[in-house]
Order: sequence, then C-alpha cells, then structure tokens
Amino acid sequence: MEFDKELDLKGEVCPFTFVKSKLMIEQMDLGQVLKVILDYKPSVENVPKSFQDEGQEVLEVKQVADNLWEVYVRKVK
Amino acid sequence: MSFQFTEEQIKRYSRHIILPEVGGKGQEKLLKSKVLVIGAGGLGSPSLYYLAAAGVGTIGIVDFDVVDFSNLQRQILHNTERVGTPKVESAKKTLEALNPDVNVVAYNTKIQKSNVMDIIKDYDVVLDGSDNFPTRFLVNDACYFLGKPLVSAAILRFEGQLTVFDYRDKQNSPCYRCLFPEPPPPGLVPSCQEAGLLGVVGGIMGTLQANEALKLILGIGEPLVGKLLVFDALTTEFNIVKLRKDKKCPLCGEEPKIKELIEYDQEGCEIRF
Ligand SMILES: [Zn+2]
Repeated sequence: MEFDKELDLKGEVCPFTFVKSKLMIEQMDLGQVLKVILDYKPSVENVPKSFQDEGQEVLEVKQVADNLWEVYVRKVK
Repeated sequence: MSFQFTEEQIKRYSRHIILPEVGGKGQEKLLKSKVLVIGAGGLGSPSLYYLAAAGVGTIGIVDFDVVDFSNLQRQILHNTERVGTPKVESAKKTLEALNPDVNVVAYNTKIQKSNVMDIIKDYDVVLDGSDNFPTRFLVNDACYFLGKPLVSAAILRFEGQLTVFDYRDKQNSPCYRCLFPEPPPPGLVPSCQEAGLLGVVGGIMGTLQANEALKLILGIGEPLVGKLLVFDALTTEFNIVKLRKDKKCPLCGEEPKIKELIEYDQEGCEIRF
C-alpha cells in the first residue's frame, strides 16, 4: 500500500502509540496516508479504533510478522 | 505545520493531545499563550496550578503580599516553610517544580493606576482572584480599555461567583461595572468577622476560572459570558443568572462617563473577597 508518511512505533505502548500517530496526522495534508508500525498488540486495536472515533479513514491493518503490524490511515479531516 | 514537542512533552500532555478538541494544535496554542493571574491566594492557587499543569507557556502573577499562616487553610501553592516569603516567589517555585515548560513572571507589586496597563498589555487572558474592590475595578477598567478577556471570580463564606467579561467583543459582553457601577461605600464592605471562608470554595471557583481561561485560549466550548455562575457549598448547588449589558453603565454604556483609569482607596479592614 502506498503512503506519504511512516511512523515506526516499535517499543511504544498505549496511549502513546495513538498520541504520536495523532500528532503526525495533524501535521499532514488532507488525503495523505500515514503508515504506522506497531509491535504492541493492544495498540493494534486501539490505534485504528481511536482514529475511527476521530473520523479518520482506516485503510488497512495487517500483521507482517510474528509481533509486527502495520496500520494505514488516510487523513480525511 | 510541524510540531516541536519533546518526548517528555508528548508524555506530559498526552491526555490533552488525545482530546479531539485539543490535539497537538491546541497544546501548541497553550504553550504559546500568556495568562495573567491577579492574586496568588485562594483563587489564584488552584487556577495557577492548573494553568501551569496544562502547559500555558507564560504565566504572570501579581501579588505584593507575603505568605502568612492564615493563608495556608486554602492557598495551596504555598506551604509552612515559606511563611514570611513573598507569595509570588513561593508560587513561582511551586509552578516551576510542576512544569519546567512554563515561564513564570512574578510581579511582586501592588496593582496601581501607574502600572496596571503595562502589566496587562502583553497577556492574552486575565484572571482576577484579588481580594479587594480597588484592585477589581482597576483590573476591570484596564482590561476593558485594552480589550482583554477577563475571567472574574469572587468567594466569601460558603459562596462563590464566576463570570467572564469578554472585552474582545465590547459590543456584546457586559462589564464588571454593569454589575457594580462603583465600589461599595466603606460601611457596606464586609467586616473581618464576616469575612470567613471555607477554603475549598476557592479551590472550586479558582479551578473553574482556569477552565474558562483554557477554553478562551483553545477557542472551544462556550465561555461564561453574560452569565454569572453562583456556587453554594452548603447545598452543593450551582445556579446561573443571566447578566445584561447596562445601557447606562458608566464604562460600557451608551454615554460612558469613565474614560480613564480610576484609583479608589480601600479603608479600614480589608475584606477577603
Ligand atoms: Zn458595563
């Protein structure tokens, strides 16, 4: 999947995974896609859910390794 | 747009950043904002504490008093060790220990006609937590002339009052003199025996002042303009009374009489208001 910004949050836990993702998306332009890399399992549910609650578009959540996930979010507001 | 938060700041303000109404953008606004608090006492203690915790970047404090044992029942910025030291210095120490992001500017002086404009002019929002009428009128008039929003609170016995005068919009906001055209005559000022106060009332009203200040800076919610909130600690009731702009008000009315600052004298025993 194509993306405009990438945020490597390996080693980070809730709520800072969302806090840092949110700070990044606030600085992006409308329509741009953020890729977030996570290795903390609870964040894999929380980050997309929090973005959805904020009205952003979650494009994809995928597991890429044993303990590694990628979340793609499009900034729509 | 690009944020310059440090790791520590991201952690410190994470509960703000998570809020959709605040976010990184709002937190940055707070860090760039300047708030002036008149009085580091019963109202100023909680408001200053929360403003500093919230990351208001510049906080000015005006007070000329020293910490006294009689303050410690409610003035939670100070402590027993600091009795005898200037209140603004004690406040500065407490706030800097809480949050090093905050630049605390201490004005160890009495607010007067000669200094009030200079002190207020660079701030975005002013909180009045003073304990006497001459200061209240002087601060009000200066904020009015400078077009600064004023968050005003008062406490006595078991009662607290709060309102916001938004002098950025003088056409629509009532002013302090719409409520009280002149200071009360000396006989009507409460005497010392009447000046009892449950300490926690200052905590509640000062905290609400900080809340109004943060809303004004962030531009969220509805500021308490044109409304007077009255709190009764004995019944735990909050009531809101509508305030009207008085056409005959000596300051903001159709034919204003007051065109410059007035310094009033306070006689006799100072009330704690
Ligand atoms: Zn008025």
